[in-house]
Amino acid sequence: MPEAKVIVAKEADVEPRINEWKRFCRVFLARKIIWLALFVIALLLFTAVFGPWLAPYKPNEQNLADSMAPPSRKHLLGTDRLGIDTFSRLIYGARTALIVGVATSFTSAIVGTLLGMVAGFMGGVVNTVIMRFMDALMGFPMIVLALLLAGVLGSGMLNIIIALTVANVPGYTRLMCGMTLSVKENDYIMAQRSIGSSSFRILAKHIFPNTLQPMVVMLTTSLGGIILAEASLSFLGIGIVPPDVAWGSMVADGYKYLQTNPILSFAPGICIMLVVFSFNIIGDGLRDALDPRLRGTL
Amino acid sequence: MSQSNEIILKVNDLKMYFPVTRGLLRKKVAEIKAVDGVSFELKKGETLGLVGESGCGKTTVGRCVSRLYQPTGGEIIFEGEDIAALPEKDLKRIRRKVSLIFQDPYSSLDPRQSAGSIVGEPLIVHKITKDKIDYHRRVETLFQLVGLDPALMNRYPHEFSGGQRQRIGIARSLASNPSLIICDEPVSALDVSIQAQIINLLLDLKEAGETELTYIFIAHDLSVVKHISDRVAVMYLGRIVELTTPQELYENPLHPYTQALLSAVPVPDPEIEEKRERIILEGEVPSPLNPPSGCALHQRCPIAKPECREVIPPLSDRGGGHLVACIRA
Amino acid sequence: MERLLEVKDLKTYFNTDDGLLKAVDGVSFYVDEQEIIGVVGESGCGKTVTQLSVMQLIARPGKIVGGEVIFEGRDILKYKPHGEEMRAIRGGKIAMIFQEPMTSLNPVLTLNQQLSESLMLHLKMNKEDARKRAIELLRLVGIPSPEARIDDYPHQFSGGMRQRVMIAMGLSCNPKILIADEPTTALDVTTQAQLLELMTEMVERFRSSLIIVTHNLGVVARYAKRIYIMYAGKIVEEGTCKEIFKHPRHPYTIGLLNSVPRLDTVGKRLVPIEGLPPNLTNMPDYCAFLPRCPYKTEKCRTSPMPDLRDVPGEGHRVRCYVDIAEVDNVTVK
Repeated sequence: MPEAKVIVAKEADVEPRINEWKRFCRVFLARKIIWLALFVIALLLFTAVFGPWLAPYKPNEQNLADSMAPPSRKHLLGTDRLGIDTFSRLIYGARTALIVGVATSFTSAIVGTLLGMVAGFMGGVVNTVIMRFMDALMGFPMIVLALLLAGVLGSGMLNIIIALTVANVPGYTRLMCGMTLSVKENDYIMAQRSIGSSSFRILAKHIFPNTLQPMVVMLTTSLGGIILAEASLSFLGIGIVPPDVAWGSMVADGYKYLQTNPILSFAPGICIMLVVFSFNIIGDGLRDALDPRLRGTL
Repeated sequence: MSQSNEIILKVNDLKMYFPVTRGLLRKKVAEIKAVDGVSFELKKGETLGLVGESGCGKTTVGRCVSRLYQPTGGEIIFEGEDIAALPEKDLKRIRRKVSLIFQDPYSSLDPRQSAGSIVGEPLIVHKITKDKIDYHRRVETLFQLVGLDPALMNRYPHEFSGGQRQRIGIARSLASNPSLIICDEPVSALDVSIQAQIINLLLDLKEAGETELTYIFIAHDLSVVKHISDRVAVMYLGRIVELTTPQELYENPLHPYTQALLSAVPVPDPEIEEKRERIILEGEVPSPLNPPSGCALHQRCPIAKPECREVIPPLSDRGGGHLVACIRA
Repeated sequence: MERLLEVKDLKTYFNTDDGLLKAVDGVSFYVDEQEIIGVVGESGCGKTVTQLSVMQLIARPGKIVGGEVIFEGRDILKYKPHGEEMRAIRGGKIAMIFQEPMTSLNPVLTLNQQLSESLMLHLKMNKEDARKRAIELLRLVGIPSPEARIDDYPHQFSGGMRQRVMIAMGLSCNPKILIADEPTTALDVTTQAQLLELMTEMVERFRSSLIIVTHNLGVVARYAKRIYIMYAGKIVEEGTCKEIFKHPRHPYTIGLLNSVPRLDTVGKRLVPIEGLPPNLTNMPDYCAFLPRCPYKTEKCRTSPMPDLRDVPGEGHRVRCYVDIAEVDNVTVK
């Protein structure tokens, strides 16, 4: 290597380092509603993790003497027909919602990312086959597809996760295929090819990191949708089955007593609403904060 | 300029046709003849300028030579070996010897990679460095070579200005110690006052390197190409129409297209401009999807004759290595 | 004699995240009837924002904070940006052609709809007359068979043809001034030459004035009578074209001239301007070019930004403390 030339760009000449993280936080946290959503999700996480220690009763602990008790000190939100404490059931239901939501969204994200990146990168026939299949899956509304699968597979938490995953994969595949196609067009991918990088290296090191942002946004937003879908399936009775507790089945159980004891349906219903709403708000917020075109407008 | 007589690259009748497909079954319905019979030679240490307007095939020639594209036909003899039909798995050693500098300093650097790791990527891909320390030292030297402070290695592309980013791109292209660098419009995206910095850097690197660098310099700006090249090839619609030294090209342009191209570039001196003759070509560059018969220029050419419509003029020597493809010149 | 357009001490600032950005900071220039002037500078120097300010086309977070734009004897900056009077001027008496023809033409309207609109609005023509006039204009700017093509959409034209359409639109209402903002930068060399030739021919024919905004010194050398050189939101040198190219006196102008490769010279090493253009937020009090200036003196460092001062030569003014002509004599001996 020859001798060093005159240094043209010194450290001091380059603009001071822009702290992306700080900038991200500023935009993300600028909206008040984000704080509320974050609080709800934090509460969900906390109850899901520490549920057994927080809940005053076991989720299936019957006490027929206390059947249909109104809210009191003993039972914060009252009890159902079997005298099971609603508040405790809500806490255990948070656990189910989170497990199903997280497991489903991560599995479908991983599967969808792999399929989407392969389809986008290889193009041609591979792309046609994968994407047409995904289009076919997408032809069904997510809930219908999940219903169908849950019907075939039967109920239970694992089967619900599988059904919802299959229903969610097409969305991720389509996103990642599109992202890969657009990132692939950049000169830096051409540059990587010109220096002799292998296709695998290009995919893993250069395409994947550049598709992460929309991926994170989709992951968050879809969590809400998955939790809602799980609740719907449980409401219809083909989702989570006892002894597991789910908000959806709680709504279903309680709605026979809507006239006399509305809290039985309303309490889990409000929980579902708050959580889904919060995930959507956070997803929107992430998108705004991560999108460079919107950055700096707040 | 140091230049041996050794031929490093010989391109023979290079053809690159892109198929135009339609429908689900991708049936080929037409062909774009982006490059249609281009031949030239390049001596070691020489800079060949490729100049022409968009769609003339200059970038495609560069990408064929670097084997980013698989040419449809012709030979590319690089250091004695025909690489035109080399399969993908044998290309890695060619990629080490031939590197590219891109036009757009914004899209040619991975935004998620630090400047240091961009520059060091070829070292890893070709397993050039022995260990971490060696790698670090090499990247540092490369930074200094292109005038960047090695302290900036951990910064990300968006923190640099256009000119600085182009320096990073140049450092990357030098990392594997290539013998041929294809510069694809390396300055056209930069501000006027920065262009000269990069042009001088490219010229300096040629003299500074331990291995003799050969450039193919692709640009649409004739004054830049003329400044940096030892020989200039003017391209029009997939073919070379004139090839000679810059001096000869400016003083004695023979092809009507070259003459028009020269006259279209204004000189920053009003007194010279007043006296210059202006040749304005009629119409626009025809589509390579449906190129005209015979000489591709005949519809726009001020001196065209009926036979121009029929004969594709060959590139012939008019003395002193001045090649022209025109039956009227 | 009264000027056709006179801009005095124009200031346009942008309120950004990183602070106040003084994109145009005290710019004054004028255009006479049927004159071609050039405004030269690099990206970010404020040359485009200056012209947009004249047209009152500045959008948030930008704001015109001071100055006057006297057009035909009246300060048009006093007009409301979206008011009746300003709309009559914009596109009617002052027209602008932008760099990117595709984004400035409406993709969902035919050429006839777009051209006739301003004819009916500004010249109060009826539909048939407007169409006739539009065909006439397209013919003038060299669109082949305009009668057939007038009902086509913009995407059916090539880049060069679209820019011709833009020129036709710009000239449709016989404007007094045509502002061309980097009109040919996105186009090929020979197309550029065609269009510049066409544009200068057209303004002569329509007896309009032309403001060419560009970074290309060659273009202004070929066409402009007077030029303004801009750097960091200010005019740093102005004068007749011949004078500035023959006796450039601002270090930036000299730097620009030495840093561009020229067709007519061979083998001369380029002298680049070292460093980078400044960040327009947080500008120092002293001369903005100082960090890159090879002629800087102690005085430049300690004094505020110099004012434009007269130097020998017709209308030649320069924003610099140093008398470069003398410095050059010293160094060259």
